[in-house]
Amino acid sequence: MTDQRFDEQQPQEPSAGGMAPTPTFGGVTQHSGPIAEVGEPTELSLTWESGVELKTRSQWQYALIRFLRHRLAMGSLVVLLGIFAVAIFAEQIAPYAFDDIDLENINAPPTTAGNHFFGTDMLGRDYFSRVVFGMRTSVWVALVVALLSTAIGTAIGAIAGYFGGWVDNILMRFTDLILTLPGLAILLVAAVYFGAGDPLRVAIILALLFWTGIARIVRGVFLSLREKEYVEAAKASGSGDTRIILRHMLPNTVGPIVVNATLVVAAAILTEAGLSFLGFGIQPPNPALGKLISDGQSEGLKLWWLVTFPGLVIVIIALAINFIGDGLRDALDPTQRRIRA
Amino acid sequence: MLTYILRRLLYSIPVLIAASFIIFSFVSIASNPLAFLQMQPQISQETLQLIAERKHLDEPIPVRYAHWVKEAVTERFGTTTIGDRPIWPDLRRVMGNTAQLIITAELIAVFLAILIGVYSAVRQYSVFDYSATTFSFLGLATPNFWLALMLQVLVVNILERYDIRLFYVSGLSSVDPGTGLQFFLDRAQHLALPVFVLATASIASYSRFMRASMLEVINSDYVRTARAKGLNERKVIMRHAFRNALIPLVTLVALGFGGLFGGAIVTETVFSLDGMGFFFIQALGDGDPYPVMAWLMITATIIIFFNLVADVVYGILDPRVRYD
Repeated sequence: MTDQRFDEQQPQEPSAGGMAPTPTFGGVTQHSGPIAEVGEPTELSLTWESGVELKTRSQWQYALIRFLRHRLAMGSLVVLLGIFAVAIFAEQIAPYAFDDIDLENINAPPTTAGNHFFGTDMLGRDYFSRVVFGMRTSVWVALVVALLSTAIGTAIGAIAGYFGGWVDNILMRFTDLILTLPGLAILLVAAVYFGAGDPLRVAIILALLFWTGIARIVRGVFLSLREKEYVEAAKASGSGDTRIILRHMLPNTVGPIVVNATLVVAAAILTEAGLSFLGFGIQPPNPALGKLISDGQSEGLKLWWLVTFPGLVIVIIALAINFIGDGLRDALDPTQRRIRA
Repeated sequence: MLTYILRRLLYSIPVLIAASFIIFSFVSIASNPLAFLQMQPQISQETLQLIAERKHLDEPIPVRYAHWVKEAVTERFGTTTIGDRPIWPDLRRVMGNTAQLIITAELIAVFLAILIGVYSAVRQYSVFDYSATTFSFLGLATPNFWLALMLQVLVVNILERYDIRLFYVSGLSSVDPGTGLQFFLDRAQHLALPVFVLATASIASYSRFMRASMLEVINSDYVRTARAKGLNERKVIMRHAFRNALIPLVTLVALGFGGLFGGAIVTETVFSLDGMGFFFIQALGDGDPYPVMAWLMITATIIIFFNLVADVVYGILDPRVRYD
């Protein structure tokens, strides 16, 4: 009986996996109330028989429905998928190679003639093609940063939050310490001395600084999940720490992790652009959006199109990702009753 | 309260020491102070040896750290590897310039963000609210340096076409800035664009935060009580809601100071302002780790100080926070 009750809590839990686990849990108990709990046993076996998975999935289905109805987020998703497609099929889409020099067509303002939509630079290189290839590099770097920093941050946050005590103390003091250092400056130092230039290296350097945010969030959720009955039950039934973390607690943290990873992609795009702009990020021959802007600026700002278009692309990507992150946050928050139109 | 401030101050000391050790070991392990000099053929082996001895480069990292701390404290960060020039006078000069930039930008940003945030919350889902939200999303998605460049493009083109000089796009002063009011106007024309760029980013995030914080307070019970007892709306908003909604913003602004230095690096580089960011980029370009470490140490100290301020001010403003 008691076992079943603990198991029953489990499918409910994904609801607590939203942005604010503690108030959500309070909300759940409030809604069912003490009377509902008395009547629970009969219902309980029903849920049990109809399959735990099914109920778990329905939570995700609700989230999916909420997300699909979030117009701004859906629109942004379409835009972002378009950008990904352009980045993947850069060779097919770009009218020229990104380093094609055409000295007869230098400093041309944007024109449809010869498909120079974004104009050409002082060497006659087509800036539309350069931007398309730059997008590929920048998007790729941002995705790698999100993946790596999420992995590092989740691991550290989970360990700190699950074990608590001195482990938590050491890890979190270390995280705090990193946050007292000026981030961009540390990135610049790392880029200069560990040698950036190569996109993968830039991504790793960024990820080594970006994990702190996710670590704090995961730790916070874990601290509250750790006190939950189902974790206690899992412990009582003899599950090991690794199993409890991976099988029971991590799935209930997916919401905040996904939202944060999305926002990291946007932050990474902006930061990488800044690094490359300052000349310490991605180096030629790899094209990157930030570097394209600083190249364009070197002609004394007369060639405004060289500065404008790569920057606009950065803004559009970052804006779309932020909107998607916002939509995801709303969708994964089970306390959201209002489905945004 | 006083004991709390003292205890908090004491707690900052180990943090500062730990930060200094991380900065020193990180930069020292990563860099080779002699790398740049070794590439110059005219510098003899003896000179290199002398520099290595002066900077104790042959010792292990902890010993070098001790020497560095001693030099930092007694000789104000000592001298550069290249040229043996004292670091502190330059650093102090650029700190003053950056302070002008950052403080002006933050004052404007906080003031406008409060206005925007409060008004958005009071008129939730109004046209103003939606425009403010759109603006702040745009502000958060726009890279600082690109905004700076676009402003420069605009100003340069206005100058070319109409021969009107509204603002300067580089430097801190004209060659002959004049005195008194003239000097002030000249400085304002130089600082206007960088301040605008820095403030935009801050307004975007602060106003969102202020709006959320204000909404939370407006929907709380005691505000309903204030309305129920018949206070007029103005009094409810200004005296009851606004004051409490302001408290979290204080923390955000104080804790956001680290990010401002990042913004300053980029903005000052674009506008060639002789500030801390410019200094930092030049030191990095020179490949000399000593001014870089001095810079990092100064900024880390400022950030830790503002973290302290955030905690103390929060304690003063929010009487629910108790210390014993």
